[in-house]
Amino acid sequence: MDLGQLLAIVIGAVFVSNFVLMRFLGLCPFVGVSKDSDSALGMGMAVIFVMTMASLVTWFVYNYILVPLEITYLRTIAFILVIATLVQFVEMVIEKTSPALHKSLGIYLPLITTNCAVLGVAVVNVETFMVTGLPRNASFIYTVLHGFSAGLGFTLALVLMAAIRERLELGAVPKSMRGIAITFITAGLMAMAFQGFSGLKIG
Amino acid sequence: MSSLPELLKGVYRENPVFRLALGLCPALAVSTSVENAIGMGGAATFVLLGSNIVISLLRKAIPAKVRIPCFIVVIASFVTIVELVMGAYLPELAKSLGIFIPLIVVNCIILGRAEAFASKHGIWLSVLDAIGMGIGFTFALVLIASIREILGDGKLMGYMVFGPNFKPMLLMILSPGAFITIGLLMGWFSTLDERMKRKAEAMKGGAS
Repeated sequence: MDLGQLLAIVIGAVFVSNFVLMRFLGLCPFVGVSKDSDSALGMGMAVIFVMTMASLVTWFVYNYILVPLEITYLRTIAFILVIATLVQFVEMVIEKTSPALHKSLGIYLPLITTNCAVLGVAVVNVETFMVTGLPRNASFIYTVLHGFSAGLGFTLALVLMAAIRERLELGAVPKSMRGIAITFITAGLMAMAFQGFSGLKIG
Repeated sequence: MSSLPELLKGVYRENPVFRLALGLCPALAVSTSVENAIGMGGAATFVLLGSNIVISLLRKAIPAKVRIPCFIVVIASFVTIVELVMGAYLPELAKSLGIFIPLIVVNCIILGRAEAFASKHGIWLSVLDAIGMGIGFTFALVLIASIREILGDGKLMGYMVFGPNFKPMLLMILSPGAFITIGLLMGWFSTLDERMKRKAEAMKGGAS
């Protein structure tokens, strides 16, 4: 485990295989919550937090419950239940401890349960860091870091998109393309720009 | 309530992908080839059918407060069945669909139908609803996939369409192509809608 490897994971998750634009995960909130940059940032923060926590928790569930009991084929059910519970729990904790934060993040949290990026990051973690026979401590650090940076990549795409859409509001968009259609074309152009990162080789 | 409209509404009028903008992630991710699109559509239709049947049968037994977790467990069980069966009998398809098979769990179409339809209707209508929505989803996937495969690879289901001199547009297979294809298709669908509405209004105007 060296610094280069860690950097490669971060750059990889944020730019090279950006969760939204390259892996097509989390498109529903990407289209739904990108109308203004304030709520995009709020949603992004909530997703970073939940994705990091979900990576952490699913790592423990996978390695200490599913593997010893030899029921790894149940990972989909186990993960989705853990994530749904986690989101509910996080919401309750935030509501009790910091009402101000709850006010700004609260409305996004229930949406996150059905955000496929969260379950997606858990499954990707299992397939890249857990079944490949990495030592435990390395796989733990990689998993949590990957969860965090995947959330960061999601937030980056979401905030960029919100900024573009705020400008598009004033543009002369053909009537039938308004709304979701033009958002997808914009996302396509953004994805084209992100494609430029795919030649990047780090570590 | 007649049963035919329940079956057909998912195909065009309430098409889950183009109309309701649900299930976008798999629609874009696996639509690189028609084969993958059919595989994904079939898998999602099976899960939709299974979960709609079970949820419709249990709709009086599930307490309203915990219905969402209950629905998710039912859906996740069917997804696990699909995952295991596909891995055993169609390993190549399973490999190319990758993480999008487990992600059928969070496909908003399935939870959406469970919440909006199966938990309120009887088993017969729920089965029709599931089949209709499944066909609509598969249709959308195949439509996107055939555009991307023809332009990006010059092939359709493995057959050459344009002959050997065609230079494929690699962009269409890569992620930007997916976004642009679905954006244009959605724009086209809303143009169709607009035109039909205008026609209907003109008819009304002529009659009165």
